[in-house]
Amino acid sequence: MDLRLGVGGAATEAERAAVDVVLGPPESGWEGGGRRPIDGHVAFGGRAARARRHLLLPALHALQDRVGWISRGGLDYVCTRLTVPPAEAYGVASAYALLRLEPGPTTVVHVCDDIACRAVGAESLCRVLERRYGPAGEAGNGRAAAWMRSPCLGQCDHGSAAFLQRAGERPRRRVVAPVDADLVGAMLEGRDPGPPGPDRAPRVRGDGSGLRLLRRIGVVDPTSLDSYRAQGGYQALRRALELGPAGVIREIEDAKLLGRGGAAFPTALKWRAVATSPVRPRYVVCNADESEPGTFKDRVLMEWDPFAVIESLTVMGFACGAERGYVYIRGEYPLAEERLRRAVEEARARGLLGPDVLGRGFPFEVEVRRGAGAYIAGEETALFNSIEGRRPEPRNKPPFPAQSGLFGKPTAINNVETLVNVLEILREGGPAFAGLGTAGSTGTRLFCVSGSVERPGLYELPFGVTLRRLLELAGCPRPGHTLRAVLLGGAAGSFVDPGALDTPLTFEGLRSIGASLGSGVVMPLDHTVDIADICRRIARFFRDESCGQCVPCRVGTVRQEELLERLARGRPLGSAAQETALLQDLGAVMRDASICGLGQTAANAIQSAVRLGLIGAAPAGGGRR
Amino acid sequence: MSAVFVGLPRRMVEVTLDGRQTRVPEGSTLLEACRQQGIETPTLCYLENLTPVNVCRVCVVEVEGSRALVPACSRPVEPGMVVHTDSERVRTSRRLVLELLASSVDLSLAGPEVERWMRSYGADPGRFGPPAPPRGAGERDRARAGEHLAPDGASAETVAQPAKVDNQSYVRDYSRCILCYKCVEACGVDAQNTFAIAVAGRGFDARISTEFDVGLPDSACVYCGNCIGVCPTGALMFKSEYDLRRSGAWDESRQTVTTTVCPYCGVGCNLELHVQDNRIVKVTSPLDHDVTRGHLCVKGRFGFPFVQAAPEKDESGLGPAGGE
Ligand SMILES: Cc1cc2nc3c(=O)[nH]c(=O)nc-3n(C[C@H](O)[C@H](O)[C@H](O)COP(=O)(O)O)c2cc1C
Ligand code: SF4
Ligand code: SF4
Ligand code: SF4
Ligand code: FES
Ligand code: FES
Repeated sequence: MDLRLGVGGAATEAERAAVDVVLGPPESGWEGGGRRPIDGHVAFGGRAARARRHLLLPALHALQDRVGWISRGGLDYVCTRLTVPPAEAYGVASAYALLRLEPGPTTVVHVCDDIACRAVGAESLCRVLERRYGPAGEAGNGRAAAWMRSPCLGQCDHGSAAFLQRAGERPRRRVVAPVDADLVGAMLEGRDPGPPGPDRAPRVRGDGSGLRLLRRIGVVDPTSLDSYRAQGGYQALRRALELGPAGVIREIEDAKLLGRGGAAFPTALKWRAVATSPVRPRYVVCNADESEPGTFKDRVLMEWDPFAVIESLTVMGFACGAERGYVYIRGEYPLAEERLRRAVEEARARGLLGPDVLGRGFPFEVEVRRGAGAYIAGEETALFNSIEGRRPEPRNKPPFPAQSGLFGKPTAINNVETLVNVLEILREGGPAFAGLGTAGSTGTRLFCVSGSVERPGLYELPFGVTLRRLLELAGCPRPGHTLRAVLLGGAAGSFVDPGALDTPLTFEGLRSIGASLGSGVVMPLDHTVDIADICRRIARFFRDESCGQCVPCRVGTVRQEELLERLARGRPLGSAAQETALLQDLGAVMRDASICGLGQTAANAIQSAVRLGLIGAAPAGGGRR
Repeated sequence: MSAVFVGLPRRMVEVTLDGRQTRVPEGSTLLEACRQQGIETPTLCYLENLTPVNVCRVCVVEVEGSRALVPACSRPVEPGMVVHTDSERVRTSRRLVLELLASSVDLSLAGPEVERWMRSYGADPGRFGPPAPPRGAGERDRARAGEHLAPDGASAETVAQPAKVDNQSYVRDYSRCILCYKCVEACGVDAQNTFAIAVAGRGFDARISTEFDVGLPDSACVYCGNCIGVCPTGALMFKSEYDLRRSGAWDESRQTVTTTVCPYCGVGCNLELHVQDNRIVKVTSPLDHDVTRGHLCVKGRFGFPFVQAAPEKDESGLGPAGGE
């Protein structure tokens, strides 16, 4: 490898110091440190430095947090430290929305204009911001602050949300929800929106039959291990240690637990495939990248019951025979990240993580990794690449993660909600767990309810309740309003119309009507919402979030957005029938020929909206209703 | 006599291709199986001497039991696979891939095969509307992840932009780039190990780039030209060819190709000298050559001007050998 370094100018003291916090001080001249006499005779770095490539993203975060962008000198310094070619590091940095590659404002306020917030007026908030503070994304005349439009920030039940990203010696990352223009303005002017709010009670609801996964939310002190233990915490791990790895997996199999991250894959199969692999080391990963528009369940779990996430990941490590677990959490969840990190430290201090967990000869460590603004990094193989310091591009499957996952090793990966279910299974036993819900969908499900409802929030209900029942609980339709459609599963999901209200909310029930629960999004939209506009926002989302690797998705998402724009303007290309055919063709190639689930589902919602007549390919007026 | 180890015999795997049962060696890809059966499969991002990246998706086939189509170029055969290479689904996807590419990228130098596939799959790139005007120099390179200008739908966005002409050896005309990753692979672990270029940005704004889009002279590029050798669309091109094309003088019918051995070192790389009007206009190496696998170094690739240097007028008075 011929690295060409040092052409981009030197890193500033501040940049070097920030990177050194992550990587430790450089040990030799080869690593960008002071040149010692021995360095002229012995080469250091090389393979050892390259083995630390997984620290690339944390080092880039350090630069972004400290100076507000990644300068050539800063990037060069990171590359020298890790022996990464600068072109590759640039390729990595430029794939993330929260990393900047040109000097810019040190304060950026990302304001959600995504579907759920949009359904309740995000666009009017953006209009006010435009009037007051100029167009999104422009810092204007060297101003130190700018606001930007953001995809969903996982605060959908609040109706509006903003994410503050402020660089400096004391960098700040904060999410505020709900927000108004004054609050955004205050943040732009450098004021702090107050301390993170442990006081902000999360809205979790059920149907009166008792919460399970959400049992401890608002009850337990999320910063205290003792409080968690007083609520029965870490009994599941003890039970797991008694059962042994195969026993744990058997319980999960008996529980018929299916993944809650979107694909509904049997968890026991994944775990067993890793547990029985002859290859070592193995890894376990908790997918906490939650970025599906409309989804906020994992955030609530991580913020308000972080020890449960760590405990279940520990169980997973034990069952799979892994000694290291990762939690990959999206960059827009600073509070959840902080609490998880704290939980990891406390668990380690008390021997619940470390070389000898609970004195039972099982070594297990957890590392928390922060994403940097990329929905695609939630796709499991893209997530591995992201941790490894590569571009967050999905890999072709097969091979599947259980054979070749993180660092090319057998890896089990699960969604946060899936993992927390494991604690329930160990508490009451697999068969008892399977007794709840339906034959094909066992246990309870977290539903992220937002949109045109009176009581948005996180609902936990046994699988099998009907959509109608859930909407009743949430107060939908609102008095005097007419329900037009429900978006199920988020941007990657699909619309169903009021005729589907009696469908039981189960994997199989929704499959039978061509829909899916995905990540648990339930977003009713009534006549006050411009559904064509929601569809355009979805198209924009996929165009922005495509990794760009494969042609069907890279170009297809662009063409889909252009087409919806033509319909909205009532200016179809040729006849309406031609546009419909084009939309069908785009859907077909994206679904059939894309590499990953992003492209494969990027046309779902829009095609369902056409099917239901919510948006039309009619020449004029049909696009906007 | 010494024994030569030629590897274990490969087991054969039975698969059904378009209704025909066939046996192919274990570990072959579906593409190799198709080729063995004489079934033509279009490919754009695949090349024999590179690791498959399976990103263009023009080679997709239908495998029974698989929800989505699968890329033939990288999927290994499995016993009992039933594969359809010309079903309606396959034809639709291949046609759309070609349409999407041709509507966004200048494919005019991508070769006659691509033109033929476009015809045989009935690809009509005009369906997406007239192409949008080209972007300014460096504009696409400055695109930020997660943001883009709202389209008006009246025209189809493309990657059109001015060519990057920043050195004497070769030109990068990314309005012809289909993002097949081949150049990145050739510059990286598959051949050159220089890593001067990588994919940057994301989505439609993904592009091949040096760090911060610096010019090649400021990058790690060593001008081996291996990226040019693998580029399927003419996005990467010898400066000599680029100049001749611009002046309208490029004429392959007037060109000869002479295979020779590089004179610089003892490795023995085969060179193919493409000559027009008695000038070397580009240098390639055969993909199947044992030594080069199509790859060269800067000397073999670009070190030819001495061959055609006009005999210098001898002003020393000492004669050609400098004294004798
Ligand atoms: C574009 C895309 C984004 C995804 N994002 C997430 C995510 O944020 N969180 C998650 O748990 N799964 C996400 N997934 C699904 C994961 O790939 C994977 O299926 C999941 O982590 C498996 O966990 P489970 O079996 O517990 O559901 C995503 C998939 C795709 C295609
Ligand atoms: S489908 Fe989209 S996101 Fe997935 S690999 Fe292809 S380009 Fe990337
Ligand atoms: S000429 Fe060689 S070194 Fe330069 S970019 Fe191309 S492959 Fe890389
Ligand atoms: S420049 Fe050529 S080889 Fe490189 S990605 Fe583009 S089309 Fe492929
Ligand atoms: S936070 Fe705005 S849509 Fe989710
Ligand atoms: S040739 Fe197979 S995906 Fe490109």
